[in-house]
Amino acid sequence: MNQPSKILSLTALGQQLRSGAITCRELIESQLAKVQRSNSSINALVSIDPESALAKADAIDRKLQDRQSLGALAGIPIAVKDNLCTRLGVTSCGSRMLKDFRSPYDAHVIEKLHEHDAIVFGKTNLDEFAMGGSTETSIFGPAHNPWDLERTCGGSSGGSAAAVAAGLVPASLGTDTGGSIRQPAAFCGLCGLKPTYGRVSRWGLVSYASSLDVAGVFAHSIQDIALVLQSIAGHDPRDSTCLPHEVPDYTSFVRNFEQIRSTRIGVIRQQIDSPGLDPSIRRSILEAIETYKNLGAQIVDIDMPHSKYCIATYYIIAPCEASSNLARYDGVHYGFRSKRPEASVLDRMIEQTRSEGFGPEVRRRILLGTYALSAGYYDAYYVQALRVRRLIRQDYDEAFAKVDVLLGPTTPNTAFKIGEKINDPIQLYLQDLFTVGANLAGVPAISIPIGHSPEGLPIGMQLQAPPLGEAKLLAIAEAYHQHVDYQPMVPPSFQAPVS
Amino acid sequence: MNRNAAEYRIVIGLEVHVQLKTETKLFCRCSTRFGQPPNSQVCPVCLGLPGALPVLNAHAIELACRAGAALSCTLADFTKWDRKNYFYPDLPKGYQTSQYDLPICAGGYVDIPITPSANPPGSHNVTKRIRLVRAHLEEDAGKSMHDEHSSRADSKIDLNRAGTPLLEIVSEPDLSSAEEAKTYLSELRLLMVYLGISDGNMQEGSLRADANVNLHIAQGDQWIATPIVEVKNLNSFRSVERAIEFETARQQSEFLRTGLAKGQAPKQTRGWNDVLGQTELQREKEEEADYRYFPCPDLVPVRLTELQKRNAHEQATQTPTQYRKELIDKHELKTTDAEILIQQGKPVVEYFLDSIRAGAPAKRMAAWMLQDVLRTLNDRSIGIELYPVSPKSMAQLLGAIEQGRVDTSQAKQAMAKLLEDPNLSVDAAIESLGIVRVDASQIENLCKELLAENADVIEKVKAGNHKAVAALVGQAKKKNRNADPRMVQEICLSLIAQMP
Ligand SMILES: [Zn+2]
Repeated sequence: MNQPSKILSLTALGQQLRSGAITCRELIESQLAKVQRSNSSINALVSIDPESALAKADAIDRKLQDRQSLGALAGIPIAVKDNLCTRLGVTSCGSRMLKDFRSPYDAHVIEKLHEHDAIVFGKTNLDEFAMGGSTETSIFGPAHNPWDLERTCGGSSGGSAAAVAAGLVPASLGTDTGGSIRQPAAFCGLCGLKPTYGRVSRWGLVSYASSLDVAGVFAHSIQDIALVLQSIAGHDPRDSTCLPHEVPDYTSFVRNFEQIRSTRIGVIRQQIDSPGLDPSIRRSILEAIETYKNLGAQIVDIDMPHSKYCIATYYIIAPCEASSNLARYDGVHYGFRSKRPEASVLDRMIEQTRSEGFGPEVRRRILLGTYALSAGYYDAYYVQALRVRRLIRQDYDEAFAKVDVLLGPTTPNTAFKIGEKINDPIQLYLQDLFTVGANLAGVPAISIPIGHSPEGLPIGMQLQAPPLGEAKLLAIAEAYHQHVDYQPMVPPSFQAPVS
Repeated sequence: MNRNAAEYRIVIGLEVHVQLKTETKLFCRCSTRFGQPPNSQVCPVCLGLPGALPVLNAHAIELACRAGAALSCTLADFTKWDRKNYFYPDLPKGYQTSQYDLPICAGGYVDIPITPSANPPGSHNVTKRIRLVRAHLEEDAGKSMHDEHSSRADSKIDLNRAGTPLLEIVSEPDLSSAEEAKTYLSELRLLMVYLGISDGNMQEGSLRADANVNLHIAQGDQWIATPIVEVKNLNSFRSVERAIEFETARQQSEFLRTGLAKGQAPKQTRGWNDVLGQTELQREKEEEADYRYFPCPDLVPVRLTELQKRNAHEQATQTPTQYRKELIDKHELKTTDAEILIQQGKPVVEYFLDSIRAGAPAKRMAAWMLQDVLRTLNDRSIGIELYPVSPKSMAQLLGAIEQGRVDTSQAKQAMAKLLEDPNLSVDAAIESLGIVRVDASQIENLCKELLAENADVIEKVKAGNHKAVAALVGQAKKKNRNADPRMVQEICLSLIAQMP
């Protein structure tokens, strides 16, 4: 097996563009060629518009030549999950329901990318309406893991992860409702950040579960993550749940990672001792803990007594919100409408449209949520879940009174085979075991690559910080990568051919 | 069983939807203007497009608080938004954002005047207190327009109205006649319009009511309640009254026919058909519809500050009740006259009060308002803001009558001039009638002349008949048409008194 080759980071690409070592057109043409070559095997991008990408590249090149001031992401191609609304092309959410839907407006994060002169480079595959953990419920078919094409790249932001892992783009945007950025990042050997709830505006992020959804970033390095986060974070008056706080200079925090030497790191006992945890992941995590010890960090055992209820709580709250959020897809105003003859009567049209337009996992969650919100069940399910959510948040508050960050595995296992769990929802839901807590508590969390399993599959470590603690979170993650001299890798089969 | 259900009470509760007078919708920046081309006032939020999120319009909160203060409600410290989930084509999100268990206003009441016929004889100005359950904010739905004539039964939807802020005011079942219900609605409308909370335009649907109606029918020494019927779509005072009258008769005969009491028959929802003058069955359900209310996760709860509440109370003082008090107690208007002015709306009442502040005598001003001003407004189909005569001119004109400078008919002629030419001053208007001021010495000479010619009048006055001088007025006018009749009488009397 060949040694995976080094990959060019977003930060380095930016420098090359600015220095004139490459033109933006050259970069985009070469990335388009990679897409041509590789996308069919991983199914990461579901739509791409080469013409507009090249036109934008030429515009950037002109600005570079004229020495005009450019944004922090100037000329960088960034792929975005297909549940983020874009004026350009279709915003499908991986669903038959919106297969041809064109949004009349750009999501806030898309506006931000444009503002910083990035090139929005295609839309990425996802589980239908971001519901799933393997990108298998997409109308476009599953996305494949670049490290092993028979395996899933995780989900729901699987396409965004696969696109970066395969080198089609240096960074991408995903969304995270229960682990949908961190789990694919772990499976694909990437850094994946879920920011604090409300740190990034949800305007134009097609809602799955409003109180949990947040847009975030995939990239190879913490520095790259910081750069993109810097561009998309901040207050947006169009999202009432968006936080008004100032955006700190994340990139300089990351550069000053040395300052975190005396940090306190909490290890969640329940996660390390979890019987379902893959032994190779446990080993890697324990090694990472040793690394932090060597860095001078203080390791503290943390008890999160309510963490065992996270999955149950999540799978009440998310479907409840989803059942209402997805009610708008009724075939009346836009999107798919059933053409069956019985659909001539209004009620039957709505029923038929929703039965045909949604896939089985989306239907399952809508039914779950509808049931849990129904009279007579509401208190026992939804209200109870809100109560437990408060207790889980309390666990986090108490933990962060003692430590700066929490450390643990991102996933219980490495990337599984496509088709392996898709017919076993419970198994699939358990994938979110370590990740949903951060969504329920609204805290920022990152998954970073810390090694490979004996089969050569990437292993991710999750770090979680208090609300709005992204700067420290990124610095602590960077300290680890610096200490182990982490080098981002391209999976063997996606290394560029020798020219 | 005694089925002679002759004696009954009517029990009515009203749910009134008041459209708030905000420039923009409840959760987006689209205009709320009425009568625009279909779907011209829409955006991703009120269209319910994927990824669009609501942002609360603070003005709607301000108006709701003002309404709550005016209705003596308890304003919530903490209020939140809930989603009411149901499918309907004119509901683009598949849910309505409303308030379920923590409404912005709780309790409160409306005092309605009871009509004389319902009053015990001899009583005046009796009011009845209608208690309120609550008032909450919610967004309006769009409008479905069904083309029943088309062979395909085509439906079109206009979403201009979708997202318009409504305040739903729910009363206790304290109303006991169709007339009371109408009065209640009318009082509520007046209050909302006076306080600038709603434009109260019934034709444009700014005020819509649903009524919960049933009867309590006498059976021996018991009252049997008939099943509660919810009547929807009551968009005018007249339809509220007619629908309740219709329901009363219908429920009475239904009870006679079936004997079914409340709880023995499913709850009905009926729609009012204004053309046919009847209620029509829309839904019949054993159970309440399950709307699966839950807190809207896209919006943050609202905490009302003490300052907001204080402001609401300060802005809720100029109520019709307050104005009634001022007109009747302070300016001594007759109740019926005051009521006519009150019903004209706040600008008319303010015009009246401005005129008084400018010096117009209240009673004369009231008479002029009721006879002349309102007629002109009506004839010209204009509002008081376009009335050409200012309160100050009004005060001057009525002052000229008081001073005896003109008589009423002359004043009316002057008024006609002022209405024709708004730039004319009151003095110029009076002078243009050929009326010039006659000074007292001129009048005195005139009176001396008259008395010399009318010895019989002097005799009569001396005998104690002071009214006899009135006979001299006509003669005085013949000699000098500008002579003020009252002055002539006064001077003649004093001249006679000075005679030996
Ligand atoms: Zn709108």
